[in-house]
Amino acid sequence: MAKTKQQLSPIEIAAKKYARYRDPLIMVLHEIQTTRGYIPREAAFEIAKLLNVPLARIYEVITFYNYFRLKSPGKAVISVCTGTACHLKGADKLVKEFSEELDIEPGQTTDDGLFHLQSVRCVGCCGLAPVVVINEKTYGKLQPSQVPHVIAEWKEKFETETADAAS
Amino acid sequence: MINLKINNIDVRVPEGATILEAANKAGLWIPTLCKHPDLGPTAACGICVVKIKGAKNMVRACASPAEEGMEVTTHDPELVRVRRTTLEMILSNHPNECLTCARNGTCELQDLAEEFSVRERLLPPIVPDISTDDSTRTIVLDPRKCIKCGRCVTVCQQKQDVWALSFLERGLETRIAPAGDIGLGDSPCIRCGQCSAHCPVGAIYEYDETARIWEALQYPKKYCVVQIAPAVRVSLGEAFGREPGENLTGQIYSALRRMGFDAVFDTNFGADVTIMEEAAEFVERIKQGNGSLPLITTCCPSWVDFMEKYHSDMMEHFSSCKSPHAIIGTLSKTYYADKMGLDPKDVFTVSIMPCTSKKYEITRSSSMFASGLQDVDVSITTREFSRMVRQDGLIIEQLNADEKPDSILGEYSGAGTIFGASGGVMEAALRTAQYQITGDENAELEFKEIRGLQGVKVMETKVGDKNIRVAVAHGLGNVETVLNEVRAALRQGQESPYHFVEVMACPGGCVGGGGQAWKVDNKIREKRIEGLYRDDRKQRIRRSYQNTSIRRLYEDFLNEPLSAKAKELLHTSYTARPQYQR
Repeated sequence: MAKTKQQLSPIEIAAKKYARYRDPLIMVLHEIQTTRGYIPREAAFEIAKLLNVPLARIYEVITFYNYFRLKSPGKAVISVCTGTACHLKGADKLVKEFSEELDIEPGQTTDDGLFHLQSVRCVGCCGLAPVVVINEKTYGKLQPSQVPHVIAEWKEKFETETADAAS
Repeated sequence: MINLKINNIDVRVPEGATILEAANKAGLWIPTLCKHPDLGPTAACGICVVKIKGAKNMVRACASPAEEGMEVTTHDPELVRVRRTTLEMILSNHPNECLTCARNGTCELQDLAEEFSVRERLLPPIVPDISTDDSTRTIVLDPRKCIKCGRCVTVCQQKQDVWALSFLERGLETRIAPAGDIGLGDSPCIRCGQCSAHCPVGAIYEYDETARIWEALQYPKKYCVVQIAPAVRVSLGEAFGREPGENLTGQIYSALRRMGFDAVFDTNFGADVTIMEEAAEFVERIKQGNGSLPLITTCCPSWVDFMEKYHSDMMEHFSSCKSPHAIIGTLSKTYYADKMGLDPKDVFTVSIMPCTSKKYEITRSSSMFASGLQDVDVSITTREFSRMVRQDGLIIEQLNADEKPDSILGEYSGAGTIFGASGGVMEAALRTAQYQITGDENAELEFKEIRGLQGVKVMETKVGDKNIRVAVAHGLGNVETVLNEVRAALRQGQESPYHFVEVMACPGGCVGGGGQAWKVDNKIREKRIEGLYRDDRKQRIRRSYQNTSIRRLYEDFLNEPLSAKAKELLHTSYTARPQYQR
């Protein structure tokens, strides 16, 4: 009996969606990364089975493109724009401030798994430079002195969520 | 055909030939590094650049097709300079550790550095900091030494269809590794060692266990027993400047005695035992008929591992008989120890194999401890053995070519020796199965259709009133088509297209094994194969069941093939295994 849509895993849905492509691997990986934030190993195994692609080939693709991640990026992904405008407005100071406050280098995740820091090229709102995007929220004209407040704001948000989940 | 000029020499080559092939035909030698004769070009290294008249840029000879009217220059001062610069760039990403490298003296990069008079490192070295992976305990991966030629990855993925190795990351970060952050031992790796056999440098090599043997040989209480595989005798000489295929059986026995081994046996005898058991299994299945056929050979541990990981649905078709070397191991600690009045605990068994995977096989399941102890204590490759010969100060020329193996696990038939070549197990089995079916002592002896290097060989032959159809595959990439034919027939309730299937993981069979002398191509494989068939023709006894030591083994110890005792000691079982441990 065919599975109903509810029974399909997100990877099965993605695999079906891109089945008509000659090589759907990259599209499926994109979809997983968008929903999960990275490609977990179990997901890679499932893709290998569904698309009949050796796991080795999947990891070759994941590691070839900088875009794909193999580790969970943390609950809050801090993207500091280092495009031209932001660079001129002191984006490097923001990177440094976040880096020091969280004690991680760009590309790393804090030990508690809450924050991931990365620098990205232009996010497309140069008028707000320097810009930082955390998950879906954009911070324009952010000053290094405001960084501790921003971090505190997200920590508080996570704490409230955890407390809600517990009660 | 295409006509071109290379260094003003007229050459005619078939359409599709590369400039490199055309140059070789003209008797010219262009240096190469990433190109291997077994594999298509990857154009990774750039050492083989040549000039074409009228072209703006130099091209890579390995990957550029020869064209009509082309005028090629392969050597001039500018080309030498460009090649040296390329070489210096490769060396700038390569550790300067020749003295402590497994390929010291056999490295293709080292050869080029010598050829191009590289006397200093002009570029600051950038060597990645990646640790060595010896998790398979059979082959060692040292990705720092990798020059990213791609040979190992191509062999593992395309030729062997194993997909254990891959190229991860890119650019300067590129490295050879299994998928994800795991060791090779947790990957689908089947330990065939073809990656190492094709590596031009010291990035992949055998896991050296010679020290354990020297130690055992020194220990007075140990009774050291050794066996050599069929394919070793026709390859060892290459490490000493001899021709591939030259048979050094006598010299090897002699070397082993001088090293201090107490008994020198021959895996060929074990092969004769395997044939007795496997032929009996085959005859039994023929009698049972449909469904139980085909019988599939299992002497090759990499093939067994591959089947357990990738084709476990075929397990019931697998011969339960152990491989020849495992049989000699078991018999050394039971039959032989009994006869000699030895305590099996004091018997130390060593096997010299063309194979990296045998190192894995000796502990692969509980049946490898059938004697109550580990049946084979250490298994080493041809390459490790060649180093032992030199370490012991032995000179091949001064060893006795006529030396004989020790009784009672040494005398072999011609059928035993051809085990080392693709098709040899099948041919050897048919020589005995025919007799077991028809009782005819003079039936067909040679089955030439299943010899040679073609990837899949099929043959139909008449045994008594039966037509027997057999298939022989070598190089694991060739196995799937055969298995799929069998699956399709069985699924539809039809008779299998083949009654008997032989599989060997390495191209050419064991002669092309991952532990054989460095540098191999089809010409070398052919010579080694011919060496084994010459040894077969030389033998007075060429059928396993006629071997008097075999008769004695069954009379004195095992009773008959597939007896309870034979099953207990000489047979094994299989389990489906995951491709990835994690």
